[in-house]
Amino acid sequence: MAIIVDNDTRLVVQGLTGREGSFHAGRNRSYGTNLVAGVTPGKGGTTHEGTPVFDTVADAVDATGANTSMVFVPARFATDAIYEAVDAGIQTVICIAEGLPAHEMLRVYNHIRPKGITLIGPNCPGVLSPGKANVGIIPAEIFSFGNVGLVSRSGTLTYQIGHELTQLGLGNSSIVGIGGDPVVGSSFIDVISRFNNDPETEIIVMVGEIGGDEEEKAARFVKANVTKPVLSYIAGFTAPPGKTMGHAGAIISGSSGTAEGKKAALEACGIRVGTTPTEVAGLVAEVAKSL
Amino acid sequence: MDLYEFQGKELFRQAGIPVSEGRLVLTPQEARDAAAELGCPVVVKAQVLTGGRGKAGGVKLAISPADAEEKARGIFGLDIKGHVVHKIWVEQASDIAKEYYLSLTFDRGTKRPLFMFTKEGGVDIEDVAANTPEKLAKLHVDPLEGFQAYQARRLVYGAGVEDPSEQKQIVSIIGKLYEAFIRFDAMLCEINPLIVTPDGVVKALDSKFTVDDNALVKHPEIAAMRDLDAVPVQERMAKEKGVTYVKLDGEVGILGNGAGLVMSTLDVIALAGGKPANFCDLGGGGDADGVVDALEVITSDPDVKVIFFNIFGGITRCDVVAEGILKALDRIKLTMPIVVRLDGTNAEAGRKILADAAPANLYVQPTMLDAARKAVELSR
Repeated sequence: MAIIVDNDTRLVVQGLTGREGSFHAGRNRSYGTNLVAGVTPGKGGTTHEGTPVFDTVADAVDATGANTSMVFVPARFATDAIYEAVDAGIQTVICIAEGLPAHEMLRVYNHIRPKGITLIGPNCPGVLSPGKANVGIIPAEIFSFGNVGLVSRSGTLTYQIGHELTQLGLGNSSIVGIGGDPVVGSSFIDVISRFNNDPETEIIVMVGEIGGDEEEKAARFVKANVTKPVLSYIAGFTAPPGKTMGHAGAIISGSSGTAEGKKAALEACGIRVGTTPTEVAGLVAEVAKSL
Repeated sequence: MDLYEFQGKELFRQAGIPVSEGRLVLTPQEARDAAAELGCPVVVKAQVLTGGRGKAGGVKLAISPADAEEKARGIFGLDIKGHVVHKIWVEQASDIAKEYYLSLTFDRGTKRPLFMFTKEGGVDIEDVAANTPEKLAKLHVDPLEGFQAYQARRLVYGAGVEDPSEQKQIVSIIGKLYEAFIRFDAMLCEINPLIVTPDGVVKALDSKFTVDDNALVKHPEIAAMRDLDAVPVQERMAKEKGVTYVKLDGEVGILGNGAGLVMSTLDVIALAGGKPANFCDLGGGGDADGVVDALEVITSDPDVKVIFFNIFGGITRCDVVAEGILKALDRIKLTMPIVVRLDGTNAEAGRKILADAAPANLYVQPTMLDAARKAVELSR
């Protein structure tokens, strides 16, 4: 099982022949991900390190049966790439690319949502299901297979927490980085809901940060709908208001979006919150023992 | 990117939203000249990227050019919530019969633009929403359908505007505000107050305008509005070098990769009893030049006593960061202690590079917590 990517994933990489796209797609393939195609307009008919390259996603889908796309193109081409993947029948799009204008993402989101397409990102590290598939830039070697589902707005912070879990002998069913932009394709709720239905996942960890109210909404969803234990970490307790902390979404405006406020809201819904990555890993270990 | 009132009003004007005529001035003398040119009375308004300037004495009415000069003299240099006034907007004073409120925001929750309109203007909209929600008309726009004229009518009738002339003017302003929101890739357009003058003219008396940073490449004219004097010198330098940097008040210089990890690093430094000097994200690429640029920005802050590199390799490769650190130490002679923690992609290679070079002021620590404690200890 696992969620979003697994042994059934047939991956096409949009932007395979670029420097970063090539490096990370190569790592994904080495991990065992079924990389079936690349798309670079003008390079159709060639191969890149053994992978066939097509001019369009539609051609790639026709020839290889690709069902999942990873978008690794520059920002100004990225929304176009998402539309192209969806129109070619791709059901799961994972957009690593960053710097997508929010208004463009608003239209993409409203376009794909009624179609039931899964979009992860943009500006995200991707999805790793240990032992099955890795789509994105998550360093798979620090994670192992297990029963903890991990969902996060941040990339490297996710690695940090995954690393702490590994140190304690805990593994993951899937690790999902949803991205830190104001508009992302999948929310905490979308991913937590999938973890709740995934038989391999027994514990869910939500890694949030300051800004917006997605963590609070997820907490209410967890209280009403989720049967598995959920734990959380929130970054940005020392962040000053009014300053964007790297992620476009990570800004405290007025009294809303603070780490303290999120922690209180989560705890009110029965979600325990660790104050450091080490502490949250410890809490997970405690819960794992009691299962 | 937040715009000043005068910049937001310029975008309003371009979109056809009525605003008062005014001038931007940088000295009291210029305020006097502007007042003479515009005709008195005028309003002398501090331009700062924060709210509450009225209460702080940053907005004054002037009855003559001499009075405008004097009022401006009192406002220049005023510290409003940490923002020092360097720019003043002098505009023709308006008589106010009614104050309304109109905004269009980027609603992240519903993934749709959200209009809010109320006749209870001039106050904090959160208070209206909390205390008298029935007076606040709200409406989402489907970004695929776009704005339709009936939506403006629903807002105007919904908020209880009864005068036909006002209705007509506000419906027009609502449509134009949506056009401005789309055209300039805005995250927020707020008019508070939207006034009605005694002779029935509706216009925007203030402007709060935020543009999506990711869209600035499409709007060079707006990107050029950024006021580099309004940010700390290190942030200006960072901007020029393409480094994501936010100045804070402590003494531990922080450098990491990924916004979430850097935020977490700040928290861990605080837990270890120290104070972070900055937020600095190397971002995705993290090549040697990027590390050099970031180090130059961080060390330009005289309060920094120690540097803490917290790197977890994903898209950023640890060996590249390690080389960057050594290269930077060759270029800028740093005597202050540097604590490094590397993990993730190519971490072993990175640690080996540092161990082989082994500069005396470099401390490699195994975990984030250990590294934070070491950095705080060395900052004392």
